[in-house]
Amino acid sequence: MSVLVVGASAAGLSTVESLRRKGYREPITVLGAEWHLPYDRPPLSKQFLCGDWDEDRTRLRPDTMLSALEAEFVLGDSAVGLDVERRTVHTASGRELQADAVVIATGLRARVLPDQGGLDGVHVLRTLDDAAALRKDLLEASRVVVVGDGVLGAEIAATARKMGLSVTMAGPQAAPLQSQFGPVVAGLLEELHASEGVHLKLGTAVTGLTDEDGRVTGVRLETGEVLPADVVVVALGAVPATDWLADSGLRLDNGVVCDARCRAAEGIYAAGDVARWQHEDSLLRLENRTNATEQAACVAANILGDAQPYRPVPYFWTDQFATKIQVHGRPSEAAEVTVAEGNLDERRFVVHYRRDRRVVAVLGWNMPKQTRLHRHHLVHA
Amino acid sequence: MKIIIDQDKCVASGQCVTAAVDVFDQRDEDGIVVLLNDNPPEDLAADVHQAAAVCPALAIVVED
Ligand SMILES: Cc1cc2nc3c(=O)[nH]c(=O)nc-3n(C[C@H](O)[C@H](O)[C@H](O)COP(=O)(O)OP(=O)(O)OC[C@H]3O[C@@H](n4cnc5c(N)ncnc54)[C@H](O)[C@@H]3O)c2cc1C
Repeated sequence: MSVLVVGASAAGLSTVESLRRKGYREPITVLGAEWHLPYDRPPLSKQFLCGDWDEDRTRLRPDTMLSALEAEFVLGDSAVGLDVERRTVHTASGRELQADAVVIATGLRARVLPDQGGLDGVHVLRTLDDAAALRKDLLEASRVVVVGDGVLGAEIAATARKMGLSVTMAGPQAAPLQSQFGPVVAGLLEELHASEGVHLKLGTAVTGLTDEDGRVTGVRLETGEVLPADVVVVALGAVPATDWLADSGLRLDNGVVCDARCRAAEGIYAAGDVARWQHEDSLLRLENRTNATEQAACVAANILGDAQPYRPVPYFWTDQFATKIQVHGRPSEAAEVTVAEGNLDERRFVVHYRRDRRVVAVLGWNMPKQTRLHRHHLVHA
Repeated sequence: MKIIIDQDKCVASGQCVTAAVDVFDQRDEDGIVVLLNDNPPEDLAADVHQAAAVCPALAIVVED
């Protein structure tokens, strides 16, 4: 038996580690589009961007642990096609990689604005190279506009502010992360950013960029107002990196569609941000760090003959300024929010999100340990 | 078995406590990992390896 993992990041590496931990000793090949050894993305908008951590500290595992895995890493080459029947992957450089099981772990690609192509000073943030280029530009800039009011936009705004820049966050929602967290918690996030000196231009859509001599000069809002900027970061979310699977015959619909065991076809699995699997009675795709690890572990078990459905309790965290937010379950804008511990005024609390009287999520604000202790409300719900 | 934790990398997810409650805990004030036992008995080895595997910040290293 042999395994080929496409995507050499969190989900890809976790697949390999899980296979080895479960005693699988046969060949594993890992194909990765980037030249870098596997690195972690959460620090890219936080410790790496502000300069607290160097590139080395973002590595997922040190050399010793990577080589102990006895997997072949083929880096700097992208998959460009998959033959599902023969479980063969074709790469940009002309390689043909065949295996008994193929794991798709190609993650996401950042969305861009239609007119951003080729303009200096405009950035997205998904990869280590993106982060290094953004950091370099931020060090020479004084005004940055972050386009996007989701979790990544809010983190970048916080980090740029910490670096001493004048920061504006622009986006269509009433408050940052409102569609995910609802008005109560999003309102507190808005206050946090405002109190730290971030200018918020929320509730208006961005319609385009202004530029001069090939460099961005500002962001245009639907009101006609232009927000001047030396650097613009576009944080409008990301889309599953499935272009290379277009002709494979696999079902692609906002990700690689899989069954409850994360199988896209016989011998073909998907894990991490790219995977959309049958979760209870609907299809679900998660974009968070723990999902990459947990789903990869489930895929590894299933490759080795288990028949495990993947049924996680989703978890993610975000750090903005000195605030640590932890979320278990799936909060939503429509859910009813009640304080379960601590209090909002002191900015140290745990809230429950309820729908139809069932707790669907718990969110903690500067109370990580206590938040975890509320997780059982979800497991038994 | 020897366990090394990196509190500077820790993101306070508490996944390690869920995996191995006798070995890991979190600080009450900020949720950062604390090691209850840096050389736990062999019968906890599987749980400890699981904790290291699920840590989303890769802040736990286990040396056998
Ligand atoms: C800046 C940033 C901050 C984040 N912060 C947090 C956080 O605080 N908390 C949290 O829970 N989550 C966070 N996340 C999300 C988390 O990092 C992701 O959920 C996780 O990286 C998903 O892992 P993955 O392996 O599925 O995908 P990715 O990490 O996207 O890896 C996919 C890999 O596949 C490679 N690839 C793509 N196409 C091909 C191809 N055709 N051939 C070969 N290789 C290919 C890519 O180069 C990439 O290395 C953050 C993400 C980013 C970008």
